[in-house]
Amino acid sequence: MIVRGEAMENEINLQCPVPIQGHDRIQMGHGGGGKLSQQLIESIFVPLFSNAALLARHDGAVFEAGGQRIAFSTDSYVVRPLFFPGGNIGDLAVNGTVNDLAMCGARPLALSAGFIIEEGFPMESLKKVAETMSAAASRVGVPIVTGDTKVVDKGKGDGLYINTAGIGIVECGFTVDPSRMREGDSVIVSGDLGRHGVAILAVREGLQFETVIQTDCQPLWGVVQSLLKAGLEIHCLRDLTRGGLTAALNETAQTSGLSIHVEEAKIPLREDVKGACEMLGLDPLGVANEGRFILFLPAHQAEKAMEIMRRDSAGAGATMIGRVGKERPGLVTIQSLVGVERILDMPSGEQLPRIC
Amino acid sequence: MEICGGQTHSIVRFGLEELLPKEISLVHGPGCPVCVTPVEILDEAMEIAARPGVVFCSFGDMLRVPGTDQDLFSVKSMGGDVRIVYSPMDALQVARENTEKEIVFFAVGFETTAPANAMAVYQAHREGLKNFSILVSHVLVPPAMEAILSSATNRVQGFLAAGHVCSIMGLDEYRPLALRYKVPIVVTGFEPVDILEGLLLCVKQLEAGRFAVENQYARVVRTEGNPPARHMITEVFEVVSRKWRGLGEISRSGLGLNPTYYAYDAEKKFGPFLPHAAHGQECISGEILTGVKKPRQCPAFGGKCTPEHPLGAPMVSGEGACAAYYRYQRG
Repeated sequence: MIVRGEAMENEINLQCPVPIQGHDRIQMGHGGGGKLSQQLIESIFVPLFSNAALLARHDGAVFEAGGQRIAFSTDSYVVRPLFFPGGNIGDLAVNGTVNDLAMCGARPLALSAGFIIEEGFPMESLKKVAETMSAAASRVGVPIVTGDTKVVDKGKGDGLYINTAGIGIVECGFTVDPSRMREGDSVIVSGDLGRHGVAILAVREGLQFETVIQTDCQPLWGVVQSLLKAGLEIHCLRDLTRGGLTAALNETAQTSGLSIHVEEAKIPLREDVKGACEMLGLDPLGVANEGRFILFLPAHQAEKAMEIMRRDSAGAGATMIGRVGKERPGLVTIQSLVGVERILDMPSGEQLPRIC
Repeated sequence: MEICGGQTHSIVRFGLEELLPKEISLVHGPGCPVCVTPVEILDEAMEIAARPGVVFCSFGDMLRVPGTDQDLFSVKSMGGDVRIVYSPMDALQVARENTEKEIVFFAVGFETTAPANAMAVYQAHREGLKNFSILVSHVLVPPAMEAILSSATNRVQGFLAAGHVCSIMGLDEYRPLALRYKVPIVVTGFEPVDILEGLLLCVKQLEAGRFAVENQYARVVRTEGNPPARHMITEVFEVVSRKWRGLGEISRSGLGLNPTYYAYDAEKKFGPFLPHAAHGQECISGEILTGVKKPRQCPAFGGKCTPEHPLGAPMVSGEGACAAYYRYQRG
């Protein structure tokens, strides 16, 4: 027998309850690189810090000093665990900032490193991280020229947090940012997606796959420099970190006021990453990467760009995944595997916390 | 109607509705734990999670589901020890490692998650773990289907039954429903082609005037289901009445721990709870969406419910009726 509740007397009312929108305290999702992060930045920081370089909303700020165009960027690293397949927090700290500069078309000139260390942290581990940073910095030929060390009480940190900042010289005569994107531009991704996020999660959750999935963390300046040297008319570069491809496409679409259309079938994904994501209920397009970027440039230069990228290990998997249009300003659409188009919305909070 | 939230997800993700002839419209069913877990239990979850000495373990997607006035993420940000786990067995492990704390697992979902949750309780019982309990909000598919079919406003003419649920429960419990309500029920998988094939089988039945239970998802679902998993469910749980968000109370529509396992029932361990404040129920979106009432007849409209702080879906999207009224027809 069926007892009807109040809702049944009128009709069935099935729908997902709406998530809580306004938060009066910081949530983990505010650091996830999705909608919540965006809301936080727009509501607290942008109005108070407002200036031209900040409003360009790029990976780093670009400004003139002494007749040179300088790029400046900073990033903090709170990844857990500190050591993971294919790298550690030190790789992230150096490559992350180097890559943010590279996305401005800038050759990294100098880095700073700030360490917040928890009381009781093993000296041996700190040394290992510092060695990794040194090796990563010399790989791109950038010195770590200044730094800072703070120690916090046992239990008040999480082993080790690192902040790096970097300055670089812009090596092209034009600005590389979303404002330069044009209708008809091709969208190229530098390789397969989601490896960093899955590598971290696999360690954290004790998941094992047939082969160990390693982080994709690597410097991108080399491949970007080759693209610039070839004289290609690069409109925009964006590295895919938290929020993955989905967040990067949405940010660039919103900032440029153009629409971006991608084809799901063309987006490179490894089978093991896809399988892991399916098991964990994650969308691989929204999973973090640490050594991948997207490139926007005129369609007639796309082949040439991919040819150059494929010569470099950081661009070996270069694939054209879509194009820029102006049909639906600020929106990203994706053609699904069965041929239907839908909106690829900005991830709301975060799929995985503390990924970088 | 596709029953399972996983099927709905596939339909939306791959845009399957656009591939269908316009005579077929898909109604999204009750198979999403996020949508049907009643607000009272969510409030209980948050009350338990906020207590000192409690580690509250949950599948990740329940953390953002709002209770009356907060969600588990907010409880966590206020210092509650809320952890995301991928299996109830992980929560059990937390209990083994933290004997001085109370570990509570949020046992939500359908027949699919019930066996593993039952197994965790069974295991805790065998090991004599005293610091582990589960907050149960388990619901069953067939009673919800019956509630929908017997509703005066029902417009569902065929069902895609949830493949994973049937992999546990088998096909037999659906046969009486198909017969009584003369409605085709096709057990269907989750890939786009599964769903399209399930629809095709459904339409063929309708055209032939048949109403049988068919199995599109035979590569996973056996007619008899998974007897050992079902045995674990009956070992630990018993059928009880449950309230569903959006459907109301349905008799014998869920699972609760049976008397042997009462010691693992978080509701009993941590109750009684604060009485449920009714103001979360103000949204009348169901009546709005079917045109029974106008947005301005809703007491929350324009006051407690605005596009910035929506209480229901019609106030959220730009195309929602309430949002449109709010923008163009206030005053």
